Amino acid sequence: MLSIIVFSALAIIAVASGIAVFRVDSMARATYALAVSFVAVGVMLVMFDLDYIGVITILMMVMEMAIMAIYMIMFMGMNPALMPMSMVHNNRWSAILATGIFLLLAAGALLVPWPARSGTAAPDLTVAVGEALMGSKMLVMLTVSPILFATIVAALVLANPRGRYDRWGDNLKRVCPDDPQQGGLGK
Amino acid sequence: MTLQLVLVVAAALFCVGLYGALSQQVVVMVMMGLELMLNGVILAVAAFWWFLAPNPDGMLLLLVVIAAMTVEMAMGFAIATLLHRSKETDMTDMAADLSG
Repeated sequence: MLSIIVFSALAIIAVASGIAVFRVDSMARATYALAVSFVAVGVMLVMFDLDYIGVITILMMVMEMAIMAIYMIMFMGMNPALMPMSMVHNNRWSAILATGIFLLLAAGALLVPWPARSGTAAPDLTVAVGEALMGSKMLVMLTVSPILFATIVAALVLANPRGRYDRWGDNLKRVCPDDPQQGGLGK
Repeated sequence: MTLQLVLVVAAALFCVGLYGALSQQVVVMVMMGLELMLNGVILAVAAFWWFLAPNPDGMLLLLVVIAAMTVEMAMGFAIATLLHRSKETDMTDMAADLSG
């Protein structure tokens, strides 16, 4: 009974703060609301005995929201905590589509005859997931690792202000290259 | 606590995120919508794992979803940086053309 009460409270917090992300007046508050939603879901994961995954979800998302707040301050050129904003397009149809999909998913969740639970959880789930990752399910790790590495390279290439073919000559302190066409070979 | 209840909560999170991803104009806010959608997916996968088959395979799927979230975040921030540098904007509507 207690677990149902706690789960319901966490569910209300997660969904309400998720809605608040798109309703509050400033981007900073939206970031905090999203962080609260993730923390609530992380605690729900801990309730499912997924301690390791719950904790890394909370840690990762809190850090990500901090980075997101920095990005907003960098790119919005204003104090995001003080500046009301509403920058939406196609608001009505987005709400209709999201509501329709929610009704569809909720109907599926409630009407499908889910099978009974089979098997029991390992006594130490963190050890079990570690052994699976380093043992029989190593292909998952071998696939995710190069994807993460490729992401690092791609993010650096995209975010790097100097392109592969932007020639800067020997004056590395110049503000921008004087190429006739940006990214071109000519100088 | 039942599987149905958790799945309804996960669907609510997913659809709130979907609304945000479709309606917001600022790239970072679109990313927030996508994050919220993945938040719902994480909860749904955890519920399936706990209520149907609590073996390590489900936990690995959760780790893959979290990795996908990381990739989305890194690439989203990189694209936001690129957009801001090349077009002085952070809005998706102003980045609709492919011309450099």
